Amino acid sequence: MSLLQVQNAYKFFGGLAAVTDVSFEIEPGEILALIGPNGAGKTTVFNVVNGFYKPSKGRISFKGVDISGMKPHKICKMGMARTFQVVKPLQRMSVLDNVIASAYLRTDSKEKATAIAMETLKFTGLYEDRDVISKGLPLGKRKRLEIARALATQPELLLLDESFAGLNPTELDESIGIIRRIKERGITIMIIEHHMKVIMSISDRIVVINYGQKIAEGTPEEIRANPAVIEAYLGEEQHA
Amino acid sequence: MNRVAIPLAVFGALLALPLIGLSSYTMHILVLVLMWTTIGMAWNLLGGYCGQVSFGHAAYFGVGAYTAGILYFKLQISAWWGIPLSVAVVSVFAFLLGYIVLKLRGPFFALATLASGEVLRITTENMGEFTNGTLGILIQQRTWIEKTWYYYIILAIAALTFVVIRKLVASKWGYYFVAIREDQDAAESLGIDTTRYKTIALVISAILTGICGAFYTNYMGYIDPHIVFALHDISIITIMIVMVGGVATEWGALIGAGIMVLLAEWIRAIPGLGASHQAFFGILLIAIIIFLPNGIVGDLPKITRLFRRARA
Repeated sequence: MSLLQVQNAYKFFGGLAAVTDVSFEIEPGEILALIGPNGAGKTTVFNVVNGFYKPSKGRISFKGVDISGMKPHKICKMGMARTFQVVKPLQRMSVLDNVIASAYLRTDSKEKATAIAMETLKFTGLYEDRDVISKGLPLGKRKRLEIARALATQPELLLLDESFAGLNPTELDESIGIIRRIKERGITIMIIEHHMKVIMSISDRIVVINYGQKIAEGTPEEIRANPAVIEAYLGEEQHA
Repeated sequence: MNRVAIPLAVFGALLALPLIGLSSYTMHILVLVLMWTTIGMAWNLLGGYCGQVSFGHAAYFGVGAYTAGILYFKLQISAWWGIPLSVAVVSVFAFLLGYIVLKLRGPFFALATLASGEVLRITTENMGEFTNGTLGILIQQRTWIEKTWYYYIILAIAALTFVVIRKLVASKWGYYFVAIREDQDAAESLGIDTTRYKTIALVISAILTGICGAFYTNYMGYIDPHIVFALHDISIITIMIVMVGGVATEWGALIGAGIMVLLAEWIRAIPGLGASHQAFFGILLIAIIIFLPNGIVGDLPKITRLFRRARA
């Protein structure tokens, strides 16, 4: 059974159709990439999946349960965590406290929450920065803090919204390593990304969205050869 | 070590303070300072830690005060029972008001809380049968003429509030409150039921404020809707106490309450000033926001640095 099923999802903002009839499935253990030009509706799909928006039409099911319209905190408790494209660290809290706050989801004891947080920080390479107030972190590390925080909720499905944007090449390699290790832990990942190098190297399958509609789905090789995708997305990038 | 030693030392000093034989007026000031400290700490839980800035804490203060007052006025029961009973009554009010206002965020929340205080004031004024309307409620016989016992009662309430809030802030709930303050969407996506935890913060904050209201009825012996549901004299002063002392700090409320009560007394003593002492508060608040945005406790390092520079 698929871990996540999106069936004919629509999202309208007034008269604007941000997402139109999008369907896809995620199998346990895979990395699914969601790509598309700016404004294609990728983040809206995320918001519909994780409960920030109720789908106007259609059905989202996670682990076989219908979650369309469920509150984000309940969906998170069920085992789905996300990061934000525009990073939202808990600014005036230290890095460690940020992660402890989310680790509390699975425990009531401070010792256990701290232990989970410490482990997560080591895993994401933020351990040295644990006492830094998160407002003072550079962007690269803030993006990683987003991942750490999401991981501390011990999810089965992790949604990563442009966790690589704005990173320098060294940070990029580190983050790719982290994503690979997350996958090794058996966590399923859905990722929005613009970096073609990243997408092609880590994802098992790719869903392409343009103007709120799914225009293609397949392995990285298939997507690379798909004329509709090249026209809508990769082609444009080559011209630029 | 200091986390235990300092509160104990302060508590010990406050316990011993009446023994040195202070005048009735000084005792009155001390009672007021402790009462405002408690209200400040209560507001700080919701406004400081959880980030939900309430302009309507007079609602809960007033409901607490009227719980005690109505017990006495309608049922001829000692108004002291109002203190335990106010916990239940204020919880109900806080739940109901919270259900409405906590759906709003930021300035909309602030305005809705402001309105909730005013709505309760007007309701109380117009429910004459039950509340004696604008005539207010007078407790005919005060329990003690002397202030000492009142002082110890409010000291106990303040100490208890301090302990409760410290425990809360260090707990899972405390983390959740701060997470909600820092970013509600992020908190929600991290599995925090923001509505639930905001309601918890509001109800606890309201209960502690309501207890002070019930105490106030017993202590002052007279309440009317204009006093206990006052926007400027209760709701706004509460915010100012915390702002002056330090938002989301442990000692901010005590420092802020001390300064604000003393300042109010001094300014009021200036002849011919009348109600314009409010203007001084306004100016003070503006100055604090500009120069010490984190309050006196929050900006303590900044203040000590200034003094050191002045000495050099």
